[in-house]
Amino acid sequence: MTVNPELQGRVFPPTEPYLVGREKVREFSRAVFATNPINHDPEAARAAGYTDIVAPPTFAVVVQELTLAQLLSEPDAGIDFSRVVHGDQRFTFTRPIVAGDELTATLKVASIKTLGGNAMITAESSIVDADGAHVVTAISTLVVRGEE
Amino acid sequence: MSLEVGEIVAEESFPLTRDSLVRYAGASGDFNPIHYRDDVARNVGLPGVLAHGMLTMGAAVQPVVDWLGDPGKVLDYQVRFTRPVVVDPEIGAVITVTAKIGQIDGDQARVDLTVTSSEQTVLGKAQVRVALPQ
Repeated sequence: MTVNPELQGRVFPPTEPYLVGREKVREFSRAVFATNPINHDPEAARAAGYTDIVAPPTFAVVVQELTLAQLLSEPDAGIDFSRVVHGDQRFTFTRPIVAGDELTATLKVASIKTLGGNAMITAESSIVDADGAHVVTAISTLVVRGEE
Repeated sequence: MSLEVGEIVAEESFPLTRDSLVRYAGASGDFNPIHYRDDVARNVGLPGVLAHGMLTMGAAVQPVVDWLGDPGKVLDYQVRFTRPVVVDPEIGAVITVTAKIGQIDGDQARVDLTVTSSEQTVLGKAQVRVALPQ
């Protein structure tokens, strides 16, 4: 099974809206050792100018994951999940994610490169809020290891 | 804030145990069993149960957030996953982060992270672009 080169440039339908819950942000914050009061305490977050508690920078992965699931389950993608390794990851923010946000993500396959027997897929997920305003773009490079 | 390129702005270590991995699996929704089952990790040829790369990435930025005092001041954050972090069932693993100023442009800076476990670098090109506190 090989990765379908025609995936390059493909844009997927937007994901169902994801409502960012305050307790989910607290749970994620505890898991990544985020102890800043702005991540946990609504009063501290408001004092810093936010409407509610702020998610840690990598929280966007929870929403991005919904788009990567679309990519991996695309019938003609040719991606064998058991051979996928996470190569690199980037988040570019217009503003941080805050509890109460309703987020929608749209994935675009930015590039597919083959190197040796491996395929490198760069997937860009643009995450917007309920008003359609950009919040963060999450970019992942997935390495699909070739058959030995 | 007066800063110089090369200045270390934060240093911290994070002990990881299997509990940390289960907690991150639940919080993130990444339930790949290579992050909590020795038998599955062994069967796919891994040296042991590995920390989620995204857990290492998530923890590694926290010393920078604490230095800034506000998670919203992180404008861009990228890493390359260069080496897995094996988490021993009994003694766990430790991730050590050093955050150094790489570049200053006006009211923004690039902070370069060195992230190691067992004295080996586990993240490459780990860079955080931040808005500097006024």
